[in-house]
Amino acid sequence: MAVDFNAEVDYVARLARLFLEPDEKKRMAGQLSDILKTARRIQELDTTGVEPTSHVTEVPAVLREDQVKPSLPLNRIMQNVPRRDKGYLKVPRIADSQQDQD
Amino acid sequence: MKYEVVIGLEIHVELLTASKLFCGCSTAFGREPNSHCCPVCLGLPGSLPVFNRRAIELSVTAALALKSEVQLRSRFDRKNYFYPDLPKAYQVSQFDQPLARGGYLAMEYEGKKKLINLERVHLEEEAGKLIHAGDSIIGAGHSLVDYNRAGIPLLEIVTAPELHSGEEARLFLEDLRTVLLYAGVSDCKMEEGSLRCDANISLRPAGSSELGTKAEVKNMNSFRSVELALDYEIKRQQQVLSAGGVVNQETCHWDEEKKQTFSMRSKEGSSDYRYFPEPDLLPLVLEKSFVAELARTLPEMPAKRRERFQEQYNLEKKEAFMFTGNREMGDLFEAVAKIYRDYRNLANWIQGDLLYQLRESGKKIKEVEPALLANLLRLLDEGRINRPVAKELLAEMVQTGTDPVDLVKERGLEQISSRESLLPLLEQVIAENPEAVENYRQGKKKALAFLVGKVMAATKGRADPAELNRLFEEKIQG
Repeated sequence: MAVDFNAEVDYVARLARLFLEPDEKKRMAGQLSDILKTARRIQELDTTGVEPTSHVTEVPAVLREDQVKPSLPLNRIMQNVPRRDKGYLKVPRIADSQQDQD
Repeated sequence: MKYEVVIGLEIHVELLTASKLFCGCSTAFGREPNSHCCPVCLGLPGSLPVFNRRAIELSVTAALALKSEVQLRSRFDRKNYFYPDLPKAYQVSQFDQPLARGGYLAMEYEGKKKLINLERVHLEEEAGKLIHAGDSIIGAGHSLVDYNRAGIPLLEIVTAPELHSGEEARLFLEDLRTVLLYAGVSDCKMEEGSLRCDANISLRPAGSSELGTKAEVKNMNSFRSVELALDYEIKRQQQVLSAGGVVNQETCHWDEEKKQTFSMRSKEGSSDYRYFPEPDLLPLVLEKSFVAELARTLPEMPAKRRERFQEQYNLEKKEAFMFTGNREMGDLFEAVAKIYRDYRNLANWIQGDLLYQLRESGKKIKEVEPALLANLLRLLDEGRINRPVAKELLAEMVQTGTDPVDLVKERGLEQISSRESLLPLLEQVIAENPEAVENYRQGKKKALAFLVGKVMAATKGRADPAELNRLFEEKIQG
């Protein structure tokens, strides 16, 4: 199975909205290759009869009562917001959002 | 070529909780923007989600109402994508271990009963609300974001591709809404967005078993627009296929103004959501007793109630649909039927005068006191009041909640129907209106109504009109 790790890194970086310098890409391609190699080794193990694990503890989730609690004041919410319009956050237009991925 | 239409729906409903799915922020609709937000629903670093018990209860209740098999163990996953309505850049949703699998909804279409199967029912969190400034959706400018909605518990219901026209899809959606309203899990207001529907639609040559390429239709904001949008999309795909073209797998937006769908250009790979287990939420494990208790408290579902109404109360099919299509109306009918046995008469009054009075007064069905309605109908049955008085009393009862029995006593509205009481009044009217009497003698029906009206006026509407008719006939024609 020949994987083009440079292309993989490009793809993942785009999905994660990361901009990588050429030398970073090269380094990451190597790391990604190593990680997948390790994963492949693990996949060689016989896991017949073993339940897939998604969490390390076997404790089920805790439920809380449906009670309303105070929310944050607006000035706290807006503290890290780069652009706002009164009570709203202001973002670049996203209609036809596919364009901004190009 | 003849084509078969294949439609599957994806329905989202906001659950009726007071607080959000993972935090204590209020779910109230229509408040100041960004006034119901906290570190959890804004996805600020270091915050951790905790399940809202009520949201789980409502989800299980909905699944049970839809005969979907509740999974005692289910898992939450992160669905990753960048969009400003998603503060964390991922949505907590369920992927391969949903809360409930399968299920169905019984409906009637074109006179035939049918079952529409469901694929799954799962729980996820709502996204925030975007407001697009400016007049056109494409072009320069910006959007405004309100995160009050972000994190409200949202139930997703996915049907099998078993619907075959815009009308059938609309009827299914209406029935589904009724079931969810009966189950009490959501207020299902399409106009406020607490019920939303997307559709996958494809065409295939009639008789073929392979599915054609589907388009996804979004932005249908009413039951009517679901039907219109799907019918439009059917025609569009038909034209494409008939001309030898191919339907692109794409997302279309329904434009309510222009009454047509528009393609949203989609880019390859843009739907790579990279689902993975949400590390901040442990698997949801439900006790059998928890599910059993919710099953026990589940109210009777509309389809069953519809059949029972026809049998138990001898209602017409159409009436049974009407009374069960609205849970409150059915509840009122049954509450009165417990203490008042003339079901036929009750059904007539509810669908006629009562609904009219509710519309006129702007009151809700829930505000009508069943015992008072029964009292009113009994007064009429026993001949103690006449019909016009009954209608007036109904109006007042709806408006103020006063017992018609008290009103009759207070105002002396009892019907006058005895011969001895009516005859003197009758004779006076005959003496005063010789012309009308003569006209009636010559067979003019209107003249009789005029004479009856005179006595009614003299008694302030309390005289028994049937008895009056009889007496006038006897006196004049006799």
